[in-house]
Amino acid sequence: MPDTNRVSMLETMMLIRAHEEQLATLAGQAPGTCTAVGQEAAAVGVVGALEPRDRILTNHRSAGHLLARGADSGRLMAEALGRADGYCRGKSGSLHVSAKELGVVLTSTIVGGELSLAPGVALAQKLGAAGVEPGGITVVFFGDGAACEGIFHESVNLAVTWQLPVLFVCENNQWQAFVRRDETMPNADVADWVRGHGLPAVAVDGNDVEAVRSAAQTAVAHVRGRGTPYFLELGTYRQRGHFEPDDQAYVDADELARWKARDPIALQRDRLLAAGEIAGGEFAHLQQRVAATVEAAFGFAQNSPWPDLRELTTDVYA
Amino acid sequence: MQTITVNDAVSQALAEEMRRDPRVLMFGEGVATKRTELRAEFGAERVRNTPLAEGIIAGTAAGAAAMGLRPVVDLLFAPFLTLSMDAIVNSAGKLRYLSGGQFEFPMVVLAQTGAGWGVGAQHNHNLEAMFVHAPGLKVVMPAAAADVKGLLKAAIRDPNPVLFFLDIALGYTPGEVPAGEHVVPLGEAAVLRAGHDVTLVSYAKTVGHCLAAADRLAAQGIAAEVIDLRTLKPLDTATILRSVRNTGRLVVVHEAAAPCGLGAEVAAIVAERAFDALKAPVRRVTGPDAPAAASWVLEQAGVPQADAIARAALDLVVGAAQPA
Repeated sequence: MPDTNRVSMLETMMLIRAHEEQLATLAGQAPGTCTAVGQEAAAVGVVGALEPRDRILTNHRSAGHLLARGADSGRLMAEALGRADGYCRGKSGSLHVSAKELGVVLTSTIVGGELSLAPGVALAQKLGAAGVEPGGITVVFFGDGAACEGIFHESVNLAVTWQLPVLFVCENNQWQAFVRRDETMPNADVADWVRGHGLPAVAVDGNDVEAVRSAAQTAVAHVRGRGTPYFLELGTYRQRGHFEPDDQAYVDADELARWKARDPIALQRDRLLAAGEIAGGEFAHLQQRVAATVEAAFGFAQNSPWPDLRELTTDVYA
Repeated sequence: MQTITVNDAVSQALAEEMRRDPRVLMFGEGVATKRTELRAEFGAERVRNTPLAEGIIAGTAAGAAAMGLRPVVDLLFAPFLTLSMDAIVNSAGKLRYLSGGQFEFPMVVLAQTGAGWGVGAQHNHNLEAMFVHAPGLKVVMPAAAADVKGLLKAAIRDPNPVLFFLDIALGYTPGEVPAGEHVVPLGEAAVLRAGHDVTLVSYAKTVGHCLAAADRLAAQGIAAEVIDLRTLKPLDTATILRSVRNTGRLVVVHEAAAPCGLGAEVAAIVAERAFDALKAPVRRVTGPDAPAAASWVLEQAGVPQADAIARAALDLVVGAAQPA
């Protein structure tokens, strides 16, 4: 009997890939889209280890985290296209999406903005604020670029000294906008750097969704059980450019090819095929299902109306 | 009624609001160390010290506010706010809008500023107008102890992020303050003195200087109306316009520098909406476009004083030549 969870992780990664590649073809209509292509295992592995009472803060590559959390591809695309049916009624675009119904508090395009708010979200959970489910934890997704921001170290230090239930998840994708990670940091891993703050810091292969899921379950259990922070680093690679469109002329072709050979979706597909948990025909069926979902989502988004022009100045003040 | 200082009015407002609403908590650099009475009454969970790290203090407030708490953070001195601009301007100010109204950010940021301590420009910088320019924020800068209490209580109850500036020179100034429940709505200016010849608009310590100027003008037979804005955003334009329509002359006074300051905003509003009522050009009397010096004499020289305010008003009334 197939392990439906392992298959469903594969399908969710495929959905993220298809969703992002659809948006990437629309560069002119979805300004500034920063895709999560190549980083799907990080999103699926971690988000699947969470509970509904947990809260998520993420960054400009957030579509994977949102889709893994159950976001509707059509509403996300509508948001990216600036349409009224988006999660934020077209005001956020792809770069600032939040979805209260999913416990996604923030997508920050200010690199590190998600890290600045995370301790406060966790403080409300720790104090049991009204309307906040007890026992929840805060998960904050950021990259190696954000780890070079001062706010990262401020955030980790406060979470440690105040003993806050924060899971810091660093997707080290080797690129900080248009700058290679090795030009900006002393070490290949952020984890080496962060251990001095006095919290567990574990680095795993971020392209292996099962390794990520396992590490995330350990991390989540630690944070939930002890109420203290934990740092999880997922080594991965940004397969597309910083934002769309980007010809990636600055990327070493051999390096990109090496990482594509370790593509997270291909890894999981081949693992399940080799184990006999899915057959080739079933994989083709997953592909068709994902393609149909994304096609319908894109149709929904394109047919969604533009926001009413009065929305220009609504929601500024409560 | 009680006579207490501005600093005591702050403490009273904080204690009353924390008593009233369990969602209110306070943190910042030395908050738990210095506010021992709050710490004793409300405990270590709700009254907290933080690292000397303004970015994460403000960010943590925004995160807690998004989850339904009502944090008050003390960032001590206004120039330190520049280290927390991302959390205040990009997060607290914008995320209600960007989320399509899903999240709110009820939080108060306290900061002292202005001449009065002689510690120089990295503790003293009247940068309140920077926050007036940022969408989603409210900005308060009171002058009187009663308003400090009443406006701080209103700010804590407000569902929006509020920057609450305290003029450092006024901290030990006593004033009559109602005991117990006393809430002053945000966005309402106070007409402190009625007059029909010229309107003096100000906020914070220079309100007192305007009142002194009005006394001098009265001795020369000129009746000045003095308006304390109290809240800088939302601005009480109705009170300003009503007054200027009556007097026909306007002097705007503040310690902050002139470029793109509140004086510029008030002058523009009057030019747009009451130009026909003006009998003379609008005048600004402000601090210089220079960092605040530490030397006591230079620091004080940067503050608009009653003489200069009275002279500006007199020029408008008697029609003296305008400065080049």
